[in-house]
Amino acid sequence: MKLSAGSSIRELPVPAEVKVPVGQHIGAPAVPVVKVGDAVKVGQLIAEAGGFVSANIHSPVSGKVKKIEDFVDANGYRKPCITITVEGDEWDESIDRTTAIRREITLEPAEIINRVKQMGIVGMGGATFPAHVKLSVPPGKKCEALIINGVECEPYLTSDHRLMLEHGDEILIGVKILMKALGVSKAYIGIENNKKDAIENLTRLASGFEGITVQPLKMRYPQGGEKQLIDACIGRQVPSGKLPIDVGAVVQNVGTVFAIYEAVQKNKPLIERIVCVTGKPLREPSNLLVRIGTPVKNLIEAAGGMPDDCGKVIGGGPMMGRPYSNLDVPVVKGTSGVTLMNKADSKRPEPSACIRCAKCVSVCPMGLEPFLMSKLAMLGRYDDLRDANVMDCIECGCCSFTCPSNRPLLDFVRLGKGKVGAQLRAEAAAKKAAAEAAKKAADEKPEAK
Amino acid sequence: MDVSFILITVAALAVTGCIAAVILYFVSQKFKVYEDPRVGQVESALPGANCGGCGFPGCHGMACALVKADDISSLFCPVGGADTMGKIATILGKEVVASAPKVAVVRCNGSCDARARNLEYDGAKKCAILAANFAGETGCSYGCLGCGDCVDACQFGAIKINEATGLPEVDDDKCVACGACAKACPKGVIELRNKGPKNRRIFVSCINKDKGAVAMKACKNACIGCGKCAKECQFGAITVENNVAYIDFMKCKMCRKCVAVCPTHAIHELNFPPRPAAKPAEESAGQPKADAQA
Repeated sequence: MKLSAGSSIRELPVPAEVKVPVGQHIGAPAVPVVKVGDAVKVGQLIAEAGGFVSANIHSPVSGKVKKIEDFVDANGYRKPCITITVEGDEWDESIDRTTAIRREITLEPAEIINRVKQMGIVGMGGATFPAHVKLSVPPGKKCEALIINGVECEPYLTSDHRLMLEHGDEILIGVKILMKALGVSKAYIGIENNKKDAIENLTRLASGFEGITVQPLKMRYPQGGEKQLIDACIGRQVPSGKLPIDVGAVVQNVGTVFAIYEAVQKNKPLIERIVCVTGKPLREPSNLLVRIGTPVKNLIEAAGGMPDDCGKVIGGGPMMGRPYSNLDVPVVKGTSGVTLMNKADSKRPEPSACIRCAKCVSVCPMGLEPFLMSKLAMLGRYDDLRDANVMDCIECGCCSFTCPSNRPLLDFVRLGKGKVGAQLRAEAAAKKAAAEAAKKAADEKPEAK
Repeated sequence: MDVSFILITVAALAVTGCIAAVILYFVSQKFKVYEDPRVGQVESALPGANCGGCGFPGCHGMACALVKADDISSLFCPVGGADTMGKIATILGKEVVASAPKVAVVRCNGSCDARARNLEYDGAKKCAILAANFAGETGCSYGCLGCGDCVDACQFGAIKINEATGLPEVDDDKCVACGACAKACPKGVIELRNKGPKNRRIFVSCINKDKGAVAMKACKNACIGCGKCAKECQFGAITVENNVAYIDFMKCKMCRKCVAVCPTHAIHELNFPPRPAAKPAEESAGQPKADAQA
């Protein structure tokens, strides 16, 4: 159901005030480098990465820093935020704002990765994993294929689809940049069969680029899952507990590729993104180009206003997204979509007993047993849950969606995954501490002699 | 039937039995596991609830630890209490140090009327899942979620949700202070506190760390961290940290002055006799709430 596939990308006016959370990505939150009262320009660094797995944050607007304090986030918890009052729209001079396409890639691989890091690029599909971490291939491993995710992660959402139609050239140059950074000769752009126009557009354009193949894929949720996409594009399966790089693949979303193109060729940090505002009750489902920090309610306003028949507003898509606890929360780097559900669809039906039909088992894209895992999580049997490979769950939600008894399978699996994950982390930390202690003891021994 | 046939069968069985008995005897000697006979005695003295409140996996584990330990003062069965520990000490011939009995206390006062629900949670009814998804259905991200994980965790039926307030209530008589509910609560609302003389207790029934105005907006009964109680307390039992007051039960002398000055009635007193008639207004405001919490 792609309600907004036909509407081209519109630029949303800059709001009067933006709220920029410092933790918009996976990993350590960024550390603010501006003070209250400072004047900032569009693209100026306002918060610095707080570690290797972290990302810089730049001002999406020009104006004055009003306050730096906690603000309620999408989940209702209070998180540190930088609030900026907008004054004019003055951009940093180093940013190339022309629409001309720059094809020549002048930077060296290390410079590209550094630029991606400086510009605060993160995974735009929704996971917000800092992009430079993925591009820094660990020693001893080799990247053999770059896979670009043009699948569009969820039903309803169309932001990547529109991007591929309207900015095909930029995406392909972005792919070339990534190929250079990773030192690979082959890249695949996986696109689902329901986006014929995007496949056509990119295939036509890709003929001018060496080594880039556009791969039409079967339409099947969750085709956009990293592991599913690798299997579909290059026929390799990522083993349990391993990363894509272990099978020689690096996956990036088309949105991320576009952001990397802008960062490398135009020197533009990640300050705006395309957000798909969609849903059955909405009057004008749209694809909007939005500055980071814009309140979500502005987006809904731009898409025809809040409909009466709205049961919930979801950040992301209908399968994996989470409902917003209030609509003053800002758009962040990972907001791929805003989905409105009508009242009838947003109510979850009353669950009944499991009838052992095993539908959840047959739909699970990871080959797991959701009925068993949810039961084990319910009973608190976390050791058994670990043996049932709960950590391989990608939380796609297919099991809960298909269950004829409407059981909240994913809710419990997520709970169990959290507990088992904590167990594993604790074990890893203990192991590390023990290894360090052993090393220290070994170091001290020769000295004692 | 031939009689010898029966005799041969009986004889064969008897011989097999004898051989098996001899083998079994030697095997049992060889693989004998020595268990201190006192373990059994101690275990029978323990309540046998296997709740894990002592920190060991069940009563057997506790019994083994008790027998093994030279000094049993650090071990305590919260279910059996001082009586049981005394009995065990006699069995083992060791000293037992009296430990003050504790009880679970719910530190949230955000009843349905005080804390407006502005969101509706529709997922699996479990606090742990709700907490992993978002802050809660109300504006307060610290308080009780009301799905009853603590009720499920309690093996003694000592805690149940009051339908009217939407908050869990602890039955003093049934609560054995095993701490299962406190462990189960994802928000850390439940605390084990000293039961106090005559079951009398005073505590701050709120853990909201937000600033006063924010906390107040979310919940009328919230502690706003104004510090009036800390000023009033002559014993230095009250500290205000992160916009929330905390009463140290080791220092509290149960004078009840803090209860009277709290502007939001976030401080609760339990099992006290009614106040003198001089302050009827406070009594009517504070006492019913305290009762509801008991």
